[in-house]
Amino acid sequence: MDYINPVTLFFAAVFTNNILLTNFLGLCPFLSMSRQKRSAVGMGAAVVFVMACTTALNNLVHYKVLVPLGLEHFRYIVFIVVIAAFVQLVEMTVERFFPALYFVMGIFLPLITVNCAIFGASLFMVIRKYDFVQSLAYGAGSGLGWMLAIVAISAIREKLEKTAKLPRGLEGPAITLIITGLLALAFLAFSGMIRVQ
Amino acid sequence: MPGPASKKEVFLTGLWKDNPVLRQVLGICSTLAVTNLMVNTLVMDAGLIFTVCMSSLTVSLLRKYTPMRIRMMVQTLIIASYVIIVDIMIKAYLPDISEALGPYVALIITNCIIMGRAEAFARHNPPLASFIDGLGMSLGYSLVLIAIALVREPLGFGTLLGFRVMPEGFVQWTVMIMAPGAFLTLGIMAWVWKYFWPQKEEKKG
Repeated sequence: MDYINPVTLFFAAVFTNNILLTNFLGLCPFLSMSRQKRSAVGMGAAVVFVMACTTALNNLVHYKVLVPLGLEHFRYIVFIVVIAAFVQLVEMTVERFFPALYFVMGIFLPLITVNCAIFGASLFMVIRKYDFVQSLAYGAGSGLGWMLAIVAISAIREKLEKTAKLPRGLEGPAITLIITGLLALAFLAFSGMIRVQ
Repeated sequence: MPGPASKKEVFLTGLWKDNPVLRQVLGICSTLAVTNLMVNTLVMDAGLIFTVCMSSLTVSLLRKYTPMRIRMMVQTLIIASYVIIVDIMIKAYLPDISEALGPYVALIITNCIIMGRAEAFARHNPPLASFIDGLGMSLGYSLVLIAIALVREPLGFGTLLGFRVMPEGFVQWTVMIMAPGAFLTLGIMAWVWKYFWPQKEEKKG
């Protein structure tokens, strides 16, 4: 496989290979947290940070610890534990030293442990054989892409709740899924921009 | 918590009344991605049913010995162990499909539905009931995914399980095999479901 420039990878992860809109990852928090723009921004920011760090961290763990020891089969468990431990650590640090930030972001941190996008980014990183810098770029890009999608959707939903009269049964998850589909369709227009797989 | 419901009731609740995908919109993350081909969907469903049932059973068996504070971690590790079994099985017996599914088998671990069942049901109920609850929920989940695949594969590829079902001159809807198709199909399904079977207590909408 050719070496992919980390910068290219970053933009590809945001636009053409958006982790939410093309890989369906992180849909659960996406559907439940996208009601208000404020919470969507908070959650998005937390995801960007955690995803960038854990993808890079898991890269180190995988190639420096698991592969030399021949324990690749255990990578699922190890990745989950790394993510959970990292989130816990960040939560404690933020709570202790940045109370203002904790107030904005704190409640979203525990939710992130079960966000499949975070775990998914680590798995893609292993399957596509990224190195450390690439993993960092990929993690940050995917997080940003996820944030972009959730903020866009939450803005649309806020507007929709105030103005639109929806048919019976369409309100809630159904309309959100349909809007997401349309957004994914719009993002397909980016696919000619960069080609990375 | 509802009282001691009969086994059949528990099973039907998961399968139909509280269908996890259409009613609760839970756990669609990892599995929606594979619904563009029926074969992949079936394999994924089998893996999911196994994982949900076995992890519900295990969580329930260990419910008296698990300390409250670390129960999430214990549950995650139980789930992860079963998913690793599924992953190795699929790799060994169905290598082509394993290639196509990519990381999505492993993503069953973070599927909220399993954790949700462990948290909401298996933690308070005896093993057999938990197993049946897991079975009902995962079957209900699988049915929806199969329904989505039933829409996406014929429209996107013109085939079903690899056999041609559409007439010769049929123009394939490429959008159905790509991501937007899945979102739109599921969105419309959730709409139809909610229209015909509205939830009683959800009047405020």
